[in-house]
Formats: sequence, structure tokens, C-alpha cells
Amino acid sequence: MIKYVIKRLILMLIALFCISTICFVMIRLLPMVPPEGVNAAQTKVIEDIWEARGYNKPILVQYGIYLKDIFTEFDFGTSWKIKSTYPVTEVFFPRLIPTILVNLYSLLLAIPLGIAFGIYAAIKKNKWQDHLISTMVMLFVSVPSYVYAFLVQYFLYFKLRWFPDTIYSLADAGGSYLTWKMFYSMIPPILALSFGTVAGLTRFTRAELTETLTQDYMLLARTKGLTRSQATTRHALKNAMVPILPMIISSFIGILSGSMIIEQIFAIPGIGQLYVRAVQQLDYDVFMLDSIFYTFVGLLAGIVVDISYGFIDPRIRMGER
Amino acid sequence: MAKELNINLIPKEKLVFANTGEKIRDQKFEDKPIGYFHDAWNRFCKNKASIVAALIIICIILFAIIVPFFNASGSGTSADTRYMKKTPRNLLLSKIGIATGYETSEYRDTALIQFAAIGIGSREDLLNIPTIGDALAEDDFLQPVKKINDSYSVQQGKNKTLFYDATVDTYLQVGFTYEYVEQSEYAKILAWQEETGIQVLYPMIAENEYNFYYSTSGVSDPNWWYKTNNKGQPVRINQSGNATTIKYNDISEVKLVDNYMRDSEGNLKYWTYSGGGDDTTAMYKVRVLYYNYYRYNHDGREPQFIFGTDSVGYDLAYRMAIGIRLSLILSVCIFAINFILGAIYGSIEGYYGGAADLTMEFISYILSGIPFIVVSTLFQMHLAAKVGPIPSLLFAFVLTGWIGTASLVRTQFYRFKNQEYVMAARTLGARDRRIILKHIFPNTLGTIITSSVLAIPGVIFSESMLSYLGIVNLGGTKTTSLGTLLSDASTIWKSVPHLMLFPAAVISLLMICFNLFGNGLRDAFNPSLRGVEE
Repeated sequence: MIKYVIKRLILMLIALFCISTICFVMIRLLPMVPPEGVNAAQTKVIEDIWEARGYNKPILVQYGIYLKDIFTEFDFGTSWKIKSTYPVTEVFFPRLIPTILVNLYSLLLAIPLGIAFGIYAAIKKNKWQDHLISTMVMLFVSVPSYVYAFLVQYFLYFKLRWFPDTIYSLADAGGSYLTWKMFYSMIPPILALSFGTVAGLTRFTRAELTETLTQDYMLLARTKGLTRSQATTRHALKNAMVPILPMIISSFIGILSGSMIIEQIFAIPGIGQLYVRAVQQLDYDVFMLDSIFYTFVGLLAGIVVDISYGFIDPRIRMGER
Repeated sequence: MAKELNINLIPKEKLVFANTGEKIRDQKFEDKPIGYFHDAWNRFCKNKASIVAALIIICIILFAIIVPFFNASGSGTSADTRYMKKTPRNLLLSKIGIATGYETSEYRDTALIQFAAIGIGSREDLLNIPTIGDALAEDDFLQPVKKINDSYSVQQGKNKTLFYDATVDTYLQVGFTYEYVEQSEYAKILAWQEETGIQVLYPMIAENEYNFYYSTSGVSDPNWWYKTNNKGQPVRINQSGNATTIKYNDISEVKLVDNYMRDSEGNLKYWTYSGGGDDTTAMYKVRVLYYNYYRYNHDGREPQFIFGTDSVGYDLAYRMAIGIRLSLILSVCIFAINFILGAIYGSIEGYYGGAADLTMEFISYILSGIPFIVVSTLFQMHLAAKVGPIPSLLFAFVLTGWIGTASLVRTQFYRFKNQEYVMAARTLGARDRRIILKHIFPNTLGTIITSSVLAIPGVIFSESMLSYLGIVNLGGTKTTSLGTLLSDASTIWKSVPHLMLFPAAVISLLMICFNLFGNGLRDAFNPSLRGVEE
């Protein structure tokens, strides 16, 4: 098991290294443009800094410098446009908090709902409740998340005026992302994110549970004298959870990367919005860190899913052929 | 064994051959054999949701093909800035109360007088001006103010201001415009007026102190044809020649006084020189009723846009059609390329296994690790200037899109390559290529068609997301995408919801239908579901 985990981790690190190398080369091949709105003297200063940092050296040398800075000082470069001359890490990591919070809230809302709907549909299989839920799931799974965002914004903000259309700025909400006021303004994006997750989870839970409900051990449990609800909760649900839990765990890792388009629509100052701004303003170092981060989160989620199978289901032996 | 059969007791004449003369052959099947794809088709036809989804997809495709043809010479291809952000309008549908192009809102009295004046000023009988109340009662088609629902006065300081809740036709509300035409064009308009009886040209407005806009900004506004004071309130001229502001408790009492430009003999002037050239070659500045001028320019067709117009005045139906077309073409291209690449890559991986498989798996593992958004951004930055945004988006999709198909094909190859029939083929001397193409690959076909179809909604979503975020710029005069339409609408859609509603609805509909269709295909291509009735 440990050997398998280590093997996967090493493989992941190799992939991460390859991808960041590709990204780095692709990004550094682009022409560097000094920020707009600064005078010639400041531009000269910035260009001198670039020269001193080795931005004009061959790309492989630049990559060596970049890696050395990361490992010795945890320095991912400097933001030149979004927050000029600040280290990228200072621009990037504060923005993780709102991204994580919004996605965490939406997951906390979506998981119980999704599982509950899924169980209900599976128990009522082929009755009208199941058909209704399955139809709704089909609709809600397909509709893109930004359409929910528009609907939520239109009805909750524009028609009913219950919520603000974008989330409050840090200053408005009392200087912290954890205040009640901030949470209140986050409700629309949380809702917009939840619809799709609930639908996806419902579909998955229903499919898994209907399969386990028809297994022979369920029949055995009933013949032993368990009631239907006892048999369902103790036997079917536990076994159905085997594939569901890894999915939930991976979505908890997925909250790190968040949803770019939801952040854009609701003006959430998260990393998705940072990515879009970095691309628009050509702030390469920010773009680079964002890309590495997304890659890392994606790879990590894949590994965690695979490994969690081994922990959750004792029948699965990891790394065996 | 109650009774034993004694063969010897059977009379000899009964022991004859059953068949003597004719040869026995296998009977031919009366029904046709059902192959894999035929079976799949049968199962697909049973799935009603998929059939409906397929029909809707076909309708959307037809919409995307047909609408641009209708618009080839007409409105949609060029932006008409006078009719921008207009709500849906269709004269047939407006009879049952939808797509009327009307807007119900709250207006100040002066604003509503101005709208009503557009209708009054476009009447045939120009100089015989009725009160606004009478004019609204006339039920004139060209009258923008369709209905006054309510009125109330609001005390503002020491003045009372009247407000009206009224329904206004937003297309007629555009009113009059100034146009600059050649003299020959002017003659043409006159001839067209004569021929159709539709009035296009209206008298010019005198540029004097009663012309509200002229007196404040020096520019004449074509809609203020009645005499006003410098606050925009209508005035009348009393016997002594002085202007007095018209007092009213309700705007229906108001009787406007015209302020048309007249020549020395008192006739209305319909044009002025707009400079350049001599008397015979100079351009004319004319005042036209834009609604009728539009009809003049479009062979008598009235402005009607079933989905309204977008933020720069394009017909939204046309823009959506070319957006859908782009999305679908992109999807089909990606479908085809992913299908081919994935099939080849997966076959080689799966069939040869071993070191080749390990290496190729590692390559695809690394490629699949790159987030799609990063790939598309990098491709846009590097390639968009050279090959254009659409091909670079296509490359980005292709770079990682085939991995899913490849891994499916690989799994299927692992399943089938050690089966007896493959071994039999190999024993008979079939080459690798033949075994791959003839014996194993057809087994994977159903799976990969399904997975490729199910990837189409993802393509549509990614495209719309990227262009909404502005990472990919697909907008232009000739091309647009559904995501670009959404992003154009994103800042203004709260006041003009239809700009967001229709593209978002079409995207949702496309994604729902492709998902349903793909699910139907998946069930159809799954032979284990044969004969299963739910």
C-alpha cells in the first residue's frame, strides 16, 4: 500500500514537473510587456529588474533560476501588472480563501441534498417520484453553471432584491471572510454552484444504490428478518458508499480550484478571477503560478480518489496486478 | 417402462423412408438477421427521450442553417444602431400578445409627450394637429404610445411632476432621424413613396428658439418637431406672438404646435443642403421616419426580429444562428479528430501492450494533467495571431480531448485481444493490422461513438465559458459564438434580459439534448441491455 502511494506520488511529481516545464517555456517565449500607465523612468527600472533577475538569459537558465527561487525561498516570481512588484505568492494565496469558502459552503449544502435525493429515488425506483427526480437530474446536470448564476442573480437580486448581485468587498463585510455579512452575500454563488453538484451526486447515488439494492446479500438480510429500512441503511447504503465517498473526497480537493466563471459573474476575489485577470493583463508570473496550482490540484484529486478506494473498500488491494 | 415397443411387431409396409426424392436443405430465415448496429438502432428507437432530443438537435441545426440564408441580403448581417437592444418583435406573434416589441415602464410627462408627438408627427395630416388624447384614441399604427395604464403626480419640492405608467412600442419610439442622401436617392425615395403610399420623408424642423435641442446645444433633434421652451415643455404662441407654456393636468389635453421649417412662400421644406458641391450635386439632409425608412431600405419589410436585437443592433436570431453553427462545426471537428486520434492511439496501446503501452500511457497521463483552461490560454496566446482564434481553440481541444477515447479503446482491446476468436485469426495467419481493424476494433466502436457524442456538450460548454471569460475572442462582424453573445450581454442584461435569455436557453437546450442523445446511444450500444424492458 505505502509502496503504491509512494509510486503514485513520484509519478505525480514527474508529471507536475513536465507540465510546469512546458508551461514555463511556453510562457517565457511570449514577449514581456512593461506595465501600462507608468512613465519611461519607471519602465526603465522595471526593465533593469528584469535584466538583473535574468529574464533576458536563455530560457533553460531562466527555468533553473525559477526552480532555485522556488526551492530556496518559495519565491514564484513577481507580479508586474496586477499588483506591481509584489511577490506572486502575496498576490495569490490571500485569494485562495474566498475561493475555498464559497466552494466549501456549496459542497456542504450540496452533499447532504444530493445523497438524500439519490437514496429517495433509488428506494422509489420506477415510481413517479423516481421519474420526477431523474428527469430533474437530467435537466440540472446538463445546464451549465453560469446559467444558474444568471438565474439566481436575476431572481434573487434583480426581481426580489433579497441578496446583493455580487459579493461584498472585504471592507464592506467587516474585514474578514468569515463574517455573517460576507456569508449572506455569498449565498447566490453558493446556490449557483450547488444545483449542478446536487444533480450529479443524486444521479450517482441513485445508480449505485439501485445496484446494491438488487444484490443477493440484501435478500439474505431481509430473510434474516431485518426490516427494509434496516437492510437498506446497514447493508445497501454502506456498500453504495464505496464509490460515492471517493467522489466526495475528490470534490473537496476540487474546491481549491473553484469555478472561474462563477467567480467572474459574482466578482468573488478568488484565484479564478485572478487567472482571468492575469491572462488579460499578461501578468506572466501570476499566470504561471495559477497554472501550476490548477495542475497540482487536478493531479492530486486523481491520486486521492485512487488511494481512497483502497482505504474505504478493504476488498481492493492497491498496486496489485 | 410400462410397455416396451417391439419393432418386430410394426408392419413392414409402414417402414418407409421419410424422404426419398428431394434433398433437405436449411430453411431460409423469414425475418432478416439483426446485426449489432441494427440491434442498436432498434434499441435507440425505443428510447423516446433520445428521439425527442435528436429531433430538437435537428431543429436547432436547421435553425442554424436556414436563418443565415434568410438574412443573407437583409437585416442581420449589418448592425443597425438605431434598433439596438430592442426586444423581440414579430407582427404575427404580436397579435396574440407575445413578441410585440412593447415595453411597459414609467415615464415623465415630458418624455411621454415626446413619444406621443412622434406618432402625431408621423400622421398623414401634418398640419391639422389633434390633442394627444385624441391622437392616442385614433389607434394609429405608427403611434409609439400604445396604452397609458396609470398616471400619478409626485410632489418634488414645490413643483408637481406627472408620471405615467405606459406601454410604448420600442421600435416606433426611435421616431425620426436625419439622413444624408444623394439627390438621385432623394428622387428614388419620392418615387417609392408614390408607389407604396408609405410616407418616409417628413418636413425639416425650424432651427429657432422654440427648438429645444437647437436652442440649448446648437444641434437640432429630429424628434422635437413641436414648439417648446428651453426646458422641453410644449408651448403655444398667443395672438401677440409670444410663447406661453401650455398648462395641463393631464397630457391628453395638450395640443402641440408644429415648428416645421417653411420656405418664403410658407410651404413646408423637406430637405436642406448639407454642404459640398453645387445646387445639383450637393447632398440633401432629410428628416425621415426611421420605421418607414427601414421599410424603404428593406423592400418594404417591416423591422421585426423574433429574438430582438443585440447590443450593437444585429439581429439576435442571426447572431445566434452563426454562433450555433460555430459551436456545432467545432464540436463535429473535435468529435471526428478525437475519434480518429483516440482510436489509433488506444488501439496501438491496447494491442501491443508492454513497454509501448507504458510509455504511451505516461505521455497521455502527463497531457491529461494539463488543465484545459491553461492549454487553451497558451494556444490562444501563441497561435491566435498566426492562425486565428478558432483554429487555435480547435488545437487546444484536440491536444487533450482524445485521451478519454484512447483509454476506452485501450480497455476494450485488453478485453478482446486474448479471446479465442482472435487467437484463431492469428493461427490462421492474419496480420496484426487485420486483427486490429477487422476483429477487435469493431467491438470498440459503440463505446467510443458514445463517449465522443457525450463529449460534445463539454465542447459547447468550454467554448462558451472561454469566450465568456474573454480568454478566447471569437466575436466579429462575420463570426460570433454563443459564449461571446453571453459575454456581450453580461454587463447590460439586467435591463435587456432577452439578450441573455435566448443564448443561454439555446446553450442549455443543446447541452441537455446532446446529453440525452448520448445516453440513448450508450444504452443502444450496450448489448447487455438487449431485450431488457424497464
